[in-house]
Amino acid sequence: MTGKNAARKENQGNCFHAFETGILPLAGRSFMTIPAQAIAVSQLHKRFGPLEVLKGVSLTANQGDVIAIIGGSGSGKSTFLRCINMLELPTAGTVTIHGETIAMKKDGRGGQMPADRKQVERLRTQLGMVFQSFNLWQHMTILQNVIEVPVHVLGKSKAEAIETAEALLRRVGLFEKRDAYPAFLSGGQQQRAAIARALAIQPLVMLFDEPTSALDPQLVGEVLTVIGDLAKEKRTMILVTHEMKFARNVANHIVFLADGVIEEQGPPDEIFGSPKSEKLKRFISSIH
Amino acid sequence: MADPASLINWSLLALEPPGWGGVLLKGLMNSIVIAIGGYTFGLVLGIGGAVGKLYGGPITRDLMECYTTIVRAVPELVLILLLYYAGTDLLNHLLGLFGFSEVDISGLAAGIFVIGIVQGAYSTEVLRGAIKAVPAGQIEAARAYGMSPTKVMTRITLPAMLPYAIPGLSNLWLIATKDTALLAVVGFSELTLVTRQAAGATKAYLLFFCAAGALYLALTLVSDFVIKIIERRARRGFVEQS
Repeated sequence: MTGKNAARKENQGNCFHAFETGILPLAGRSFMTIPAQAIAVSQLHKRFGPLEVLKGVSLTANQGDVIAIIGGSGSGKSTFLRCINMLELPTAGTVTIHGETIAMKKDGRGGQMPADRKQVERLRTQLGMVFQSFNLWQHMTILQNVIEVPVHVLGKSKAEAIETAEALLRRVGLFEKRDAYPAFLSGGQQQRAAIARALAIQPLVMLFDEPTSALDPQLVGEVLTVIGDLAKEKRTMILVTHEMKFARNVANHIVFLADGVIEEQGPPDEIFGSPKSEKLKRFISSIH
Repeated sequence: MADPASLINWSLLALEPPGWGGVLLKGLMNSIVIAIGGYTFGLVLGIGGAVGKLYGGPITRDLMECYTTIVRAVPELVLILLLYYAGTDLLNHLLGLFGFSEVDISGLAAGIFVIGIVQGAYSTEVLRGAIKAVPAGQIEAARAYGMSPTKVMTRITLPAMLPYAIPGLSNLWLIATKDTALLAVVGFSELTLVTRQAAGATKAYLLFFCAAGALYLALTLVSDFVIKIIERRARRGFVEQS
């Protein structure tokens, strides 16, 4: 237990250090020092049987970046996001989180798997994942959902976790619902609770996997407002979304995935204003 | 002698001798102790079995498959005779090999063991089904937030599968309470055996077997009441369909 705590402290130390070094060069991406890179993915491949979904995707997210990944269905954008926290194991390629590369080893079937489960578990606590179908734990109240990871994974005291959780729930407008069970909430409320759950671990990066795709149209707005607020406070986020207008408004970098490769990427105005590739032009005209 | 009023001699049920009421209640207590012990042991085996079947390697899975198949294939009465007599024999042989003297296995321990082995096979299947019914996304979320496999199991999977497991597990509990009657064949003084003794000694068969039936019924009714409370608690996160 003491060993674990010590490791965690050291980890937090690194984190603060990184923030300090990251502040100065925030203006220009090319000047970023390595610790200011929140996530660096290099040459990621993912194969499901004969189907190669990702064919070498590289992406770097610096502190404060809001990256939106867009693309048609089957373009591999969700798979890419899920590879970052190893929910899907990439067939080849590396993922580096906050300067620490996830060690991989051959799995004997032509793919690879994490060499050190503990490392993956530790790095996952820096990534706040928000799922398409919320995935709140149904046997816990909203408050219990939010304090679960801080208390049982990060080892925080319950009182401290509840204090943080209540502040977060107030922020997403769910304080009154803290003792309700997820099944009794609307989809929009559940997703806002899921965002509070992700924020409660004080993540280095937030990962959103199509957070509004499972919602009724009239509930999309309330979730987008919450995510937009997070973007405004310069929280690092990677967002897979179908909400193009939203992506254009909140992201500072858009990545267009098509057929498992990055077809085009750049600032939102360029991507949506003057798309270069044929596929992107077709994609943009198809959604309008 | 043929007085209709004395057809049922209630005084035979008195708690103090010469009444047999105390003996019956003691038999019921023994039955309950065995049922609780065997059921708990069976649950532990069942959790292990279900987890082994779902997440174990090929050898573990095959072993679990053998266990559940064999135990569920053989009549419980045969299993009880087999495990009790053959088991005691085997244990004493083994003890003899290592130079220990023979032991007499207490009926209670043997009963709990036997009922537990039988219950374990059935609860393995109940729990396996319940674990598979937990939405995959909830387990995925737990993994995504850095929980270790053990944490995922104890914090998420097991509590989340409870609502799906309770109907099957309550059936198993009721079966366990009645399976204790089978232990009469190995001479353990549970409710059925003492009832037979009482009835044999007094010739009041109707009275004593009805009394035993009433005791089993009472046990079931109390169990049902408790199960309902547990089920309501486990399903508190569910929107009930009406």
